[in-house]
Amino acid sequence: MAKKKLKVRASGKKGYAVVKAILFHPMETGLRKSKETGQIIPAHYIQEVSIKHQDAEVMQVNMGIAVSKNPYLSVEIDGAAKGDKISIGWKDNLGESASTDVTVS
Amino acid sequence: MNKQRRSFLRNSMAGSLVAVSVASGLLTPSRVLAGAWPQAAFDSKSVKDAMMGLLGTEKFEETSQIKLRTPDIAENGSVVPVTVKTKITGVESISVFALENARPLAISADMSAKARPVLATRIKLGKTSKVVALVRANGKLFGATKTIKVTLGGCGG
Repeated sequence: MAKKKLKVRASGKKGYAVVKAILFHPMETGLRKSKETGQIIPAHYIQEVSIKHQDAEVMQVNMGIAVSKNPYLSVEIDGAAKGDKISIGWKDNLGESASTDVTVS
Repeated sequence: MNKQRRSFLRNSMAGSLVAVSVASGLLTPSRVLAGAWPQAAFDSKSVKDAMMGLLGTEKFEETSQIKLRTPDIAENGSVVPVTVKTKITGVESISVFALENARPLAISADMSAKARPVLATRIKLGKTSKVVALVRANGKLFGATKTIKVTLGGCGG
């Protein structure tokens, strides 16, 4: 992989885990104009983020164009303990996607 | 129930796209986790359409049970940290709307029982705007509102 597309860290607390993720993405709104050409820059943004704990979906986050560039997400999962697998994947409006697995530490 | 039917009728008469989607069952409020991305709601330019499209209603109960943590003044509108946290139990979804944005719906998270009702992210604000966090729990809709002052807009242009 040329460029890392997401960075996830899951840290175990008492009875739950905190999952923090940065998804590397331009999050282009489709409303901006390029300064050089005056053309509208086409929209390119993440639409869906799925968060799984031990392969069971815990949360689905839907994003619009108002989410900042390189979106940051922080969520908490009940019952996730040290050593459990957390998977995060995203999909954007152009059909690109990426996902990663981390272990709760 | 009756209330929903009223607003449904009102919207059918207005013939809006959102109403059509609701009628065809694409965006019913009881959408299961991992449903399709709610295109109509995210594309809506008005707050009302966005809320109707996503949640099936625009009425919510203002409550202090929801903590909406944001800066009061955002120097840079393109990165505004927002944290929504609530003590309400049985949360089904958390969504954030920026009322003055060209597309008000910013983010919406569908949660299973295992997800704690906490959501932190960063959003863009075109200009000084009210931000509303809506929490759906046990079929009811709760909300918290906060005004964020933006000194430099984040949506370019």
